[in-house]
Amino acid sequence: MADLSEANARLYESLLEGDHAALARVITKIENRTPGYRELLAALHAETGSASVVGVTGSPGTGKSTLVDSLTKQYREAGETVGVIAVDPSSPYTGGSVLGDRIRMGSTAGDMDVFVRSMSARGRLGGLSMATADAVKALDAFGKDRIIVETVGAGQNEVDIVETAETVAVVVQPGSGDDIQLLKAGILEIGDLFVVNKADKDETAGTVADLETMIHMDASPTAGLSTGHHGPSAAEPDPEDGDTGDDSGWTPPVIETVATTGEGVDDLRAALDDHQQYLVDSGEAAGRRRRQAETEIRRLLRTDLGELAEGVLDRRGGIEAVASQVARRETDPYTVVEELVDPLESAVEESLAAESEASEK
Amino acid sequence: MSTDHAQRATRCLVAKVGLDGHDRGAHVIARAFRDAGFEVIYSGLHRAPEEIVQAAVQEDVDVLGISILSGAHNTLIPKVIEGLQSYDAFEDTLILVGGIIPEEDKPQLEEAGVDAIFGPGTSIEATVEFVREHAGSE
Repeated sequence: MADLSEANARLYESLLEGDHAALARVITKIENRTPGYRELLAALHAETGSASVVGVTGSPGTGKSTLVDSLTKQYREAGETVGVIAVDPSSPYTGGSVLGDRIRMGSTAGDMDVFVRSMSARGRLGGLSMATADAVKALDAFGKDRIIVETVGAGQNEVDIVETAETVAVVVQPGSGDDIQLLKAGILEIGDLFVVNKADKDETAGTVADLETMIHMDASPTAGLSTGHHGPSAAEPDPEDGDTGDDSGWTPPVIETVATTGEGVDDLRAALDDHQQYLVDSGEAAGRRRRQAETEIRRLLRTDLGELAEGVLDRRGGIEAVASQVARRETDPYTVVEELVDPLESAVEESLAAESEASEK
Repeated sequence: MSTDHAQRATRCLVAKVGLDGHDRGAHVIARAFRDAGFEVIYSGLHRAPEEIVQAAVQEDVDVLGISILSGAHNTLIPKVIEGLQSYDAFEDTLILVGGIIPEEDKPQLEEAGVDAIFGPGTSIEATVEFVREHAGSE
């Protein structure tokens, strides 16, 4: 475990003791990338892994927040504690944002066992999913039974949610032909279940049918492939590995809800539980967690190595000076990068050589 | 090694408390704060003091701006402040009050812990400037 500063050690203790303000401050540190936040997360990591994490995504206006509110209410009635992270985009111009999801979380307002945190994208690329995943860890370590991550599905975010959530619910509204078009383009693969919200509208049956058709078109060929060669027994995933590569044993259900009245929300809750049970039974859960860890390690590596390279670049006069030279055709980008990476490479080789020498002794 | 850059943002909760449906002012402030680059969480109308406290604690805001035009400020605002104190979230939160606050009530609210009161006619720029100067000592 990493060494914690005195202040962080206090925060860590308070968070584990169930101090709400400490949890909130840890998430702020995570969001701000305050120096020392990584040591804090490193310490918290061992305390995580017990919460069930659900992602809810969909186009703006489909009723995600209201649905999350309704679902939260049900979890609370069952005696479970809930953490919600509501992610909203921010203005690319000012960096400012108005985070309005909290308004829809009215039915559990005042209940401190529901911890709602609004997050904005802050104009960062990729960093949002990192901050979200880290905030989920804080909620998990705090001891929340259920964690719900809500994001707008209008870009790259809805793909990132897969890296955090165990189960992803994609929300659409009836008659949203365009939404369905969007689904074809990619969200279909990430949805473990689909919710047609506002199901008291006329076009509901058509939208449900459209979705089911697409799900079966999507599921059948892969299901056939993964079982065809090895027979049914080979389809049983290896519990050690747990990584089957796809959810061949799971067909995403389509659930109708009316979030404003709570209708169908118990079906949604049951379907979410079914999927989590499926993940455990099939061994897929272990595979997902490992893939999430892989993504996380890779991302941290890229960030840190990138920073290391930036440091070398700064010592060589900074990107602007070097770029001007390239623009004037005095040198070329390939040579520039080679010169920057060479010292890093030789340093790595040296330390690896020293390491293997030490292990031989 | 942690080398990724710190990215701080000023977080504000713009809150309407009690039986007061006039939210034009709150909307104007929310937009102005957003345009100033702050992250704004808007509470929605008719919130109870406990709900404001919950939101302010969980969102770990630097600034809590309460808009109140109902005249119940002497009851509601101390309740919010006491709630923040009970969660150890009072010291690091800048508390602003906007709306109709009679001159004679101001000392009492400031005594209770309000950092600034902005009445009708206050310019948006002045409010944003005040937040820039005083918020986020953490």
